[in-house]
Amino acid sequence: MNSPGENIAKCDFSFTVNGVPKKALAYPMERLLDVLRNELELTGAKEGCGEGECGSCSILIDGMLVNSCLVPVAQANGASIVTIEGMSAHALMKPLQEAFLECGGAQCGICTPGMILAAVHLLEKKPEPALSDIQEGLAGNLCRCTGYMQIFEAVAKAARQRVAR
Amino acid sequence: MRADPADYKLVSPGNLNAVLSLLASEPSQWLPVAGGTDVMVLYSAGKLPNRQLLNLWNIPELRQIEASPDSVRIGAACTYTALRNHEIVSREFPLLATAASWTGGIANQNRGTLGGNIANASPAADSLPALLVYDAELTLISVRGERRLAYRTFHTGYKKTVLAADELIRDISLPRRFSEYVSYARKVGARNAQAISKVCLAALGQLAGGTIRDVRLALGSVAPTPMRLPETERELTGKKIEPSLVETVRKNVTKEIRPIDDIRSTSRYRGAVAGNLVAEFLSKLAAEGANT
Repeated sequence: MNSPGENIAKCDFSFTVNGVPKKALAYPMERLLDVLRNELELTGAKEGCGEGECGSCSILIDGMLVNSCLVPVAQANGASIVTIEGMSAHALMKPLQEAFLECGGAQCGICTPGMILAAVHLLEKKPEPALSDIQEGLAGNLCRCTGYMQIFEAVAKAARQRVAR
Repeated sequence: MRADPADYKLVSPGNLNAVLSLLASEPSQWLPVAGGTDVMVLYSAGKLPNRQLLNLWNIPELRQIEASPDSVRIGAACTYTALRNHEIVSREFPLLATAASWTGGIANQNRGTLGGNIANASPAADSLPALLVYDAELTLISVRGERRLAYRTFHTGYKKTVLAADELIRDISLPRRFSEYVSYARKVGARNAQAISKVCLAALGQLAGGTIRDVRLALGSVAPTPMRLPETERELTGKKIEPSLVETVRKNVTKEIRPIDDIRSTSRYRGAVAGNLVAEFLSKLAAEGANT
């Protein structure tokens, strides 16, 4: 076993972040969350629990919702990463933002980027979700402000508006 | 204290042979990491004893699900999401697909793997009772070759397994002979998502001529390892499901398990719930099994 600090070098990693090719020099075990926030200055993903329980660090890797606190950066090498900052042009963004605003789906805002990404991940697979689908799709995202009902309502409303358009 | 990433190696060999060579070159020095849903939690908390990690994510040989007429072979690094989305797994092995849907939330299901759940060997793992009742077989692989063994022989004690220091779980094979069984899965916990179970049951059964022809029961979180209930199964086999039998079994299940008191529950509660879950399954078997 190597002793602390011995022989471990930073490596170059490259990925597409929000559609733009990016490089980062990092230790392979650095959490992707830290690389995004500290190296790439994308602070939309938040650290809540740091152990995969709360979903506030949610991002999409190759289209899959993941907790970026549980991903060593080496495992994201070559991947396509989307953070909340990359969602502004997404077709679901306007209906989701409006519905979160109208329904009171955001208060302190820490969980919101993760909630939005979990909602997008759900609605891309199920454009017309039942309440149980919304509850399941967002079950890994904790909110200590709203009590969840407003968030479920907002996601249902965004889905209805999108389908109506 | 939080871990310093400068203290940890993580190498990505990229294919299975290179992974096995590295494991063999320094046995027990390398900790394989796939989705990281367990390893990264320990790492972040500064509680990971291993300083050298081996990346299994995106090793294509470990991500396949292959169906033959007799069995389904699931690559050890298949995620819970892959299991839920697989047509044959969800149709013929509903206990496994259901357990996958309880594991963490969607984000953890997109990363956590079945092989990781087995190797991590938690007695509370949601997917393991299903593997016990489906008679899963494991293929373990190393540079020395491969060996197949019944999954029920894999765990030897709390977090102890027969996996050698240079070995990896390559796949999990499920025989395709349970699709006609009545199946029942239930997790009792603070909530299904994100919470670790207090007790979980996977059960299969089949009636013939009004009596129980075959019954298979496995519980999680009630002993140092996930466990089958051989005595209870024996007690039920060949019998007609009647209220007196259900009551006897409800009490006897408690004697067959060894639950503990911990932060999630008490031994007494777990014992009572385990008996209730088996009783609930028997009601379902009596109602639905009569039609098959």
